[in-house]
Amino acid sequence: MAVTTMRDALNDALREELARDQNVFLMGEEVAEYQGAYKVTRGLLEEFGAKRVIDSPITELGFAGLGVGAAMAGLRPIIEFMTFNFSILATDQIINSAAKMLYMSGGQFKIPIVFRGPGGSAYQVSSQHSQAIESWYAYFPGLKVVMPSTPADAKGLLKSAIRDDDPVIFIEQERMYGMKGEVPEDEDFTIPLGVADIKREGTDVTIVARSLLVPTALKAAEELEKEGINCEVIDPRTIRPLDIETIVESVKKTNRVVVAEESHPFCGVGAEISAEIHERAFDYLDAPVKRLSGADVPMPYAKNLEQLAIPDVPQLIAAVKEVTYS
Amino acid sequence: MNPRTCLDASVAYNRVSPSHASAGLCRLICPKGNREQMSSQTTQRRENARTTAAGVIDQPSTETLLDDDRETLLKMFHQMLLIRRFEEKCAESYSMGKIGGFCHLYIGQEAVGVGSISALRTDDYVITSYREHGQAIAKGISPEAVMAELYGKATGCSRGKGGSMHLFDASVNFMGGHAIVGGQIPLATGLAFAAKYKQTDQVTVCYFGEAAVNQGAFHESLNMAQLWKLPCIYLCENNMYGMGTSLQRAMSMDEVATKACAYEVAAEFVDGMDVMAMRRATQRAVERARKQSLPTLIEARTYRYMGHSMSDPGKYRTRAEIEKYQERDPIKLFRAKLEENDLLTEDDVKQFEEQVREQVERSVKFADDSPYPQPEELTTDIYANPLN
Repeated sequence: MAVTTMRDALNDALREELARDQNVFLMGEEVAEYQGAYKVTRGLLEEFGAKRVIDSPITELGFAGLGVGAAMAGLRPIIEFMTFNFSILATDQIINSAAKMLYMSGGQFKIPIVFRGPGGSAYQVSSQHSQAIESWYAYFPGLKVVMPSTPADAKGLLKSAIRDDDPVIFIEQERMYGMKGEVPEDEDFTIPLGVADIKREGTDVTIVARSLLVPTALKAAEELEKEGINCEVIDPRTIRPLDIETIVESVKKTNRVVVAEESHPFCGVGAEISAEIHERAFDYLDAPVKRLSGADVPMPYAKNLEQLAIPDVPQLIAAVKEVTYS
Repeated sequence: MNPRTCLDASVAYNRVSPSHASAGLCRLICPKGNREQMSSQTTQRRENARTTAAGVIDQPSTETLLDDDRETLLKMFHQMLLIRRFEEKCAESYSMGKIGGFCHLYIGQEAVGVGSISALRTDDYVITSYREHGQAIAKGISPEAVMAELYGKATGCSRGKGGSMHLFDASVNFMGGHAIVGGQIPLATGLAFAAKYKQTDQVTVCYFGEAAVNQGAFHESLNMAQLWKLPCIYLCENNMYGMGTSLQRAMSMDEVATKACAYEVAAEFVDGMDVMAMRRATQRAVERARKQSLPTLIEARTYRYMGHSMSDPGKYRTRAEIEKYQERDPIKLFRAKLEENDLLTEDDVKQFEEQVREQVERSVKFADDSPYPQPEELTTDIYANPLN
């Protein structure tokens, strides 16, 4: 185990997979000479050369589609969006081409591609650069959606995503690149997609959190422990396919659940998890499922307003107390 | 494996040097003219091109000599006829309710698909739009598998999951019909990128209508293709109407090929009703792609006789206009040219007609007799690596 940042864990995953398979290439804006807008791709141009680490023009629809076409021809592209905000320009290629190609070709053309980059809220960059859009991508059959919350998960999941034969949306939380954690050094370390992780075991209430809200949930759990409330924290890690069984098992044990997320509440992933829990474990619930989501507003710029838009530890503590009636 | 072994400057996707770029100029013919008269004035336009544009790369259309072997030429004639009769049968089957959804016919445009694909190898990639029955047959998918797909049958080339707009066949590198206007253009760029990456010398041909040229996907793709020198042929089938909107009502300029200037992509206009002109132009583009790894934009001026789709009443154009273009029907033109050169007799034509009639009937019978996909097919092919 070595302690490293989320940024470097991702960098290691990219390096190892580029070295492992000649068909893997990395393309995106500023990924090569500039070393990545967030330095996730640092050193890769030098190590793998301009054939495999490619600076693209600012042309998201174009290079996302290029990646899908290259995948049809047998390559394994990693397409970096400088941020997922810009992936919105590429949604036609992600949804209409990548997600559906295998199906509409009757199984003839698989699309082994990873679309990755930072997403979620950033610091004071206002509405267009600070948003969580995982529910968009998770909506579509054909796509897999991954959101790591620790450096180890980031590395293990990214390696699995690159080796996977399906299109994977891999969303790295923009505020978490500097987060440190222990990461296995084994080059064969991978984490399977579709498997949730119990980040903290508990008995009184289940908190389902992903990405940015996982550290928030763990802090809230620590605080609540002092008050005698024992929280279990589950990170699904993969939004689609969703490991609902692990969540349901936890709910059957604790009988109370809070789904915490930074994204908007309406038609969000939290709404889906809540519905699944109601369908599968209604009889086990001692309180209605509680969602704690980001504010249903475009992200404001002012620091105080921005803080109000993202769920924090006090809000999560209040939500847990609501479902535990304490 | 040492990752450095893959370092190879010769295949890195670097921009051409500024001096190289300026020496290359804009290798394009950019004549101005009245597009209404285009089809009958191709030669004149090309003469204009010679005097008005620097670095003209195309050849006059008089170069469409029949210097190929007779077998090749007759195969092309046969394909055009087959596609025509196949599409006529599609219209009939659609009216009978055997074909569902949208159905976009290729009648009138056969020379474009047949002429261009005749210049390709089987392992070259073809990717196209939703008006793709003809190209699919020309690339080598059997009429049976195409018709069965249109009928939504399990024996269809996409196993009944794609339908008219999504024909695929990996065995002949037919990379699909794609149904979002312009969506296939970045995909084609990626196919060409992969060929270059893997150093396979395969060429990609990407078909799209002139209306797709107004999409950003077209411009983003041409930029990348020239920037990274990708072996891709962008083949615009300018049939003058994007659904019911004429080119003049949708485009600020009336020529597609000229747009290649903006990206320093080689380009040429071709008479899309002349199958030999299509073959020659594509051969030139293939050579540029295969030997120099460079893209080309071909604008084929053509015309569709039928509506945009089967549900199109066609009120945006006159019967007289359609008849005017039918005077230069691509099959009629090619037949005349073959007959002039004593390569085809009336008896040959009768034989071809009979052969094609049988092929089409066989495809309909095959489609009719084939089973629908099993219900469990609903949930297969969503993921290559299903997880739960």
